[in-house]
Amino acid sequence: MLDISVAYNRYKFLGNEFLTWLWFMIETNQHQLRRYDPDLVSLNIGSRLVLENTRNKAKETIIIKGEDANLEEGLLALKKGAVVTEIHLSYKAGAHHWQFSLKGESLNISKLKLPETGPVETPEDLEGAVIEKTYLIETVIGLVNNLFSHFVKLRVSDEWRNQTVSRIRKWASS
Amino acid sequence: MGLLSSRISITRYKVSGQFEGSVHETVYQGLKQHAIPKIEDDDSEAIVGWTSFDNPYTPDFEGYSFVFGAHMIFAMRIDKKSIPPKLVQKHYALEITKHLADTGRHFLSGNEKKAIKEHVVKTLSRRIPATPNIYDLAWHYKDASLWFFSNLKSANETLETFFIKSFGLHLIPLFPYTTADLIGGLSDRERDLLLKLAPSQSEE
Repeated sequence: MLDISVAYNRYKFLGNEFLTWLWFMIETNQHQLRRYDPDLVSLNIGSRLVLENTRNKAKETIIIKGEDANLEEGLLALKKGAVVTEIHLSYKAGAHHWQFSLKGESLNISKLKLPETGPVETPEDLEGAVIEKTYLIETVIGLVNNLFSHFVKLRVSDEWRNQTVSRIRKWASS
Repeated sequence: MGLLSSRISITRYKVSGQFEGSVHETVYQGLKQHAIPKIEDDDSEAIVGWTSFDNPYTPDFEGYSFVFGAHMIFAMRIDKKSIPPKLVQKHYALEITKHLADTGRHFLSGNEKKAIKEHVVKTLSRRIPATPNIYDLAWHYKDASLWFFSNLKSANETLETFFIKSFGLHLIPLFPYTTADLIGGLSDRERDLLLKLAPSQSEE
């Protein structure tokens, strides 16, 4: 395996391309996402999307914030060669609803809001609450790992170069 | 910065290596041996140690109380003293004035000034209490996975060093490359292709 710090810097692009692909999939192919995660009810862009364009040797950052924000500016940035570097997601599975942010370069999760759990009122409640919380966290981490695994298999395949890249471009330009 | 917070941050790790004996007992011994000291070390700027997730100011790991279902949950505590620079500046100036008056001199050498500054910082750090920072973690031994509930770079670096010191096992951070390589389910051929990947833009 590559040296950790070398690998981190060299493959930041892979995480950013994953988030870009994920946005594309959310907008165009929820059916396929449901095949990846049979419990998925919906996966949507939440309240924040960050894109970066490092073409032409200058870094341009585009931040789109707010519930139901217009993502047109993001699509325009994609068309110009930007990639998604951070995404806030709203994930529904079964009767539960999660919200979280995912950073491309690290795949770190932040601002994770779990589905409502019972209150912890006594020390006896704690163990149950902790086990419930870890289960809910596991679900969201499982989703990220699952989606990333599908993406990375596609990314190393010929299908990515021959079909997916042009599909993403077409979608961004539509 | 914890599991029970309303907004959670998570950095994911793969734990490399395995214990030979009982997992819970080995972890218990590591936690006990490297628990946060109850008495503050007056001279240290920062102290790192393990503590209980549910009672971080009185670490107690007896009865394997850190085991919650399939996870081991505990916390890393960093007690850090931060002396305001203006306070150092004030006491340094007072000390210089006193030193000059005591010796009847008009100037101090660079080395003397340095020694006075070190003395001031040391004296102040004895008087200022450390501020505790608590970071929870959840370790699933069987899956070799660990979630650290902070994305702070400094806290993660401290965890990586302190974890191997305490348990003799390495933590590998799961970012795009390591996630693909270690848990992405790729075949050997696909992993070779992964090594040759370049950003899509530059492939055009």
